[in-house]
Amino acid sequence: MQAQEPLTILIAEDSAADRLLLSTIVRRQGHEVLTAANGAEAVEVFRRQQPHLVLMDAMMPVMDGFEAAQQIKALAGETLVPIIFLTSLTESEALARCLEAGGDDFLAKPYNQVILAAKIKAMDRLRRLQATVLQQRDLIAKHHDYLLNEQRVAKAVFDKVAHSGCLSAPNIRYLQSPYALFNGDLLLAAYTPAGDMHVLLGDFTGHGLPAAVGAMPLAEVFYGMTAKGYGLAETLREMNAKLKRILPVDMFCCATMLCLSFQRRTVEVWNGGMPDGYLHRIASGERVPLSARHLPLGVLSPQAFDDRTEVQTMAVGDRVFLLSDGVIDTTDGDDRLFGVERLQQLFAVNREPDNLFAEIEQALLEFRGEPRDDVSMVEISLLDAAQVMPPAPVYSDSGQSCPLDWSVSFEFRGATLKRFNPLPYLLQLLLEVHGLRTQSGAIYSVLAELYSNALEHGVLGLDSSLKRDAAGFARYYEQRNARLEALQDGYVRVHLQVRPQGTGGCLVIRVEDSGKGFDVARVMERPVDGVRLSGRGVSLIRQLGHNARWSDEGRSACVEFFWEVRA
Amino acid sequence: MTDQHVDREVLDALREVMEDSYPDLLDTFLTDSESRLHQLQKTADAKVLAEVAHSFKGSASNMGAVRLATLCQALEADARNKSPAEIVDLVADISSEFADVRPVYEDERQHALTH
Repeated sequence: MQAQEPLTILIAEDSAADRLLLSTIVRRQGHEVLTAANGAEAVEVFRRQQPHLVLMDAMMPVMDGFEAAQQIKALAGETLVPIIFLTSLTESEALARCLEAGGDDFLAKPYNQVILAAKIKAMDRLRRLQATVLQQRDLIAKHHDYLLNEQRVAKAVFDKVAHSGCLSAPNIRYLQSPYALFNGDLLLAAYTPAGDMHVLLGDFTGHGLPAAVGAMPLAEVFYGMTAKGYGLAETLREMNAKLKRILPVDMFCCATMLCLSFQRRTVEVWNGGMPDGYLHRIASGERVPLSARHLPLGVLSPQAFDDRTEVQTMAVGDRVFLLSDGVIDTTDGDDRLFGVERLQQLFAVNREPDNLFAEIEQALLEFRGEPRDDVSMVEISLLDAAQVMPPAPVYSDSGQSCPLDWSVSFEFRGATLKRFNPLPYLLQLLLEVHGLRTQSGAIYSVLAELYSNALEHGVLGLDSSLKRDAAGFARYYEQRNARLEALQDGYVRVHLQVRPQGTGGCLVIRVEDSGKGFDVARVMERPVDGVRLSGRGVSLIRQLGHNARWSDEGRSACVEFFWEVRA
Repeated sequence: MTDQHVDREVLDALREVMEDSYPDLLDTFLTDSESRLHQLQKTADAKVLAEVAHSFKGSASNMGAVRLATLCQALEADARNKSPAEIVDLVADISSEFADVRPVYEDERQHALTH
């Protein structure tokens, strides 16, 4: 049996003989003894010396044992100081009074040494138990504060990364409500050099800090590649590869990524594991579900990754609505899910498209008991291209050493055309010329249009008139993927020439393809018109560039850009 | 005489616990008891009587004076209900009992000091 540790014990007893006897007994048991002859003295001694345990006579002059016990318990606070009443009271009522007053046990007179020792031991065990509990509580509280602080720091970094895009653009509305300290759903938006908009809504496995850690590398890829002019497919491939490489095996990111083109009035969609998004066509009231056709990011190896996207047409005013599964999974007090049906009902009931977002928000608030996950919703509208004003990109170099008189030619052949997008690289090259930077959007749009024409209509031989309606669109992109997959021969040549002119300079872009060409005269007869879905984007090229001309039966396109340097 | 009045086993235990302080304990008890007895004889207040009797009962039982303890218990329990005459009688009994056991404790004290 474990030996009793020596304690400091206060003996409060008014009878001198009894006090002497008890002190001797307790001292012989190895403890240090403090004495008091009445209640008031007992409280005073306790206040000064903080004994571990108190033996308290019930009846004492000046202040009786009950009163003294209450005061001592109050002084002790959270710490357990056991009080053993010394009493020859026999009535049960009196005994009960001892307990109410804060006594923990009794010892009857005449004092029995064996029983006293046993009671002291038992009370000490309780005392130490309480001390342990308090210590652990304090440790837990400290730990908790520490973790909260870590999360706060992480949140600050995360916010900078996750929200540095163009979420405040006029055509975007969004709601994010956090389950824990911050919302781990990722909502990114950025303009491409051509003035298109990339949007990504992502939901990592788990939530809070561990989920958000994967978000930062993902956001870097998104912003970096979007700014350089990379398309959806390439950006997704890179994001998938990165997450596959860095995340642990059981972590991944469900995501929906969009490319909204105001120029072409289309939305390109890739959905990996997210709930259905919806394309709302205002004119017909139709809601096209944008369902998940892919696995989430970070699951498949780069070789197995499927970057095929879906393209839908849009009219001005149409909206794309995306949500994270936190919305569907919101539960009420009875553990019922908000569910897809309720969402569909809200769609059906809505009269004013502008209010839909707020209506859903309201319905969630009314429904919600328990948030079970981060909730994110975003609505992106298609504005007229003229209303879209992406911010001018910022460059850090001075321009003293930029190239002003040069030309370069590229030929991209079969195998390369299948897997390589040269546009970001070509754009970077052109942006070395400072004078061209203010027109980077227009240049990129024109380059992209010329290249895609050369590849799709020229080399792949796709019929542009297919793109006259939504169904035709789908067929067009199916054919495109199939023919690209099967491509063996063919080429696209890109020639760039920069020459000084006056105080500025001139850029000539010429793109040639190995295709069959087209009836240039017929296409030129059509009035310059920005609304048509089909056509070889000829209108766009003629509007954005200068002196656009086609030769070699349509296989060669040429366009110019000029700039002036103001003093 | 000692069997009903003083429990010898209690004294043996006390002697064993107190060791060299045994005489001090005996002294303290005798002094305390005298002053308590004095208080009992002087007061008529039922509350005070009960408190003093209670206290006296406690020490008496600790010191093995079993009959003395019992008498004090009787006084404590009924102080309120007894007539002044009855109280005087009880106090006299207590006083007499104390006088009887006193020599026992004095003997003990003497014995401890010389051995």
